[in-house]
Amino acid sequence: MSHVALRGVTRVYPGKTPVHALGPLDLELAQGEFFAVVGASFSGKSTLLDVMAGLAPPSSGQVFFEEKQVQGVPDGIGVVFQEDASFPWLTVHDNIAFGLRRTGAPEAEVAAQVGYAIEFMGLKEFARAYPAQLSGGMRQRVCIARTLVLKPRLILLDEPFGALDQQTRLLMGDELLRLWRETGATILLITHSLDEAAMLADRVGVMSARPGRFLELIATGWPRGRDSTIVASESFGKLTSRIWTLLRGESLRAMGHA
Amino acid sequence: MRNAFIVRIAIVVVAVGLLELLCRLGVIPSFTMIPPSAMAQSLWSLLASGRFSHDIAATLANVGIAIVAAMLAGVALGTALQGWPAARRTLDPLFATYYAVPMYAFYPLLIVIFGMSDFPQIAIGFLLAVMAVIINTLNGLDRVPAVLLKTARVHGLGFVQEAFHVRLPYAAPYVFTGFKLAVAYSFIGVIGAEFITSSRGIGYEISFAYNNFDNPVMYAMILFILLLVITVNMSLHAWERRLLSRRRRA
Repeated sequence: MSHVALRGVTRVYPGKTPVHALGPLDLELAQGEFFAVVGASFSGKSTLLDVMAGLAPPSSGQVFFEEKQVQGVPDGIGVVFQEDASFPWLTVHDNIAFGLRRTGAPEAEVAAQVGYAIEFMGLKEFARAYPAQLSGGMRQRVCIARTLVLKPRLILLDEPFGALDQQTRLLMGDELLRLWRETGATILLITHSLDEAAMLADRVGVMSARPGRFLELIATGWPRGRDSTIVASESFGKLTSRIWTLLRGESLRAMGHA
Repeated sequence: MRNAFIVRIAIVVVAVGLLELLCRLGVIPSFTMIPPSAMAQSLWSLLASGRFSHDIAATLANVGIAIVAAMLAGVALGTALQGWPAARRTLDPLFATYYAVPMYAFYPLLIVIFGMSDFPQIAIGFLLAVMAVIINTLNGLDRVPAVLLKTARVHGLGFVQEAFHVRLPYAAPYVFTGFKLAVAYSFIGVIGAEFITSSRGIGYEISFAYNNFDNPVMYAMILFILLLVITVNMSLHAWERRLLSRRRRA
């Protein structure tokens, strides 16, 4: 039984010249799986995330989360976006508590859970700071923590480390693996980085140029207890090379060279 | 920053000093203007005597009502219009020409509607102030990043919750600019209207003193308004700076 299922999903943006952004596309994610999506620019990766999150309806086909058809944003889904989504008028603590407070949780429970998330994400010194006082990476941690405290069973991440330098990305990747192991959530990560996808995921979905379809779903075969040190292994090099071979032609197509 | 403050104070001190000198030397005749020190002295004795307490209270109450009404209505209308693009498109040309309309021209109509009460003054203050709040609220709401709205949807917020928990807090600095303008316009509207047809209030007393060549009272009340508006405006400015400092990058 799959945790998330997409069946014949397409997404067409209407207009004078309708844009066929996605699909038709089928995908099944197992409970607790870490799935990464790579693809050329404008291949429909973010559209895929919006459709899965219930932020945009599919033009045809269906999305199921825990056996129920997704119509609107269902409970149990958390999303971390590429752009900074921290609320500038709230402190780090209040940003992270934002969703929890909406659920009507008692303040003592909010404080305990937010305190744990702050500690977990290494933000203890900045609990009373405002986002403007933080670096881009720290603000992204705030957004991840805000998602985590709600204990989502499916976490959708859209290029969450896109604005970070390579070293920080690797370290953030380690933290992401750590929270994945701790929470047992199913994760779908959208990324431009082949290394990030190959290092973090159980499976990597390589998307074609628009309209986005999966060219191949590649199982990485990494153990659950992996971390960023696997980037030095021979099999990691082979894996990224295979992904790039699939992706190169699509990237050229996306750039209008094929 | 500190230098700018010192220069600002110096300009005021020099201007007041110059005015004092010109009045004392008789360059400016006493029936035109009294020296600033005499204005301050007159204001002090008027406030101490309590002679105009009722007028001051009436004006402040009317201005307060106009401000609060403009703030509430302006934010509510701005938020509603932002969520209703068709209505906004229809009203946009009217908004653009709103301040070309001389509001005081409606004073007779307002008297017919509300009678000889405080309401015409309040209405003028409100009408002058409310558009500034609407326009600035819309301006702020237009700038809310799409990613924050998506975040609101992921957290299951409906239109009203989204407005109160995401849109308006993000737009707060812009809404606050609207509030600042609303305060200024309300003072202008109410006190200006008191000049025309009213039997109490600061505007009425200034007008009455002017018609009776009572310069000490007239200038004392003008000084009172100046000090009051400057104090209110500076307080709002300080509050705004505090609000913005949280959002500014270190």
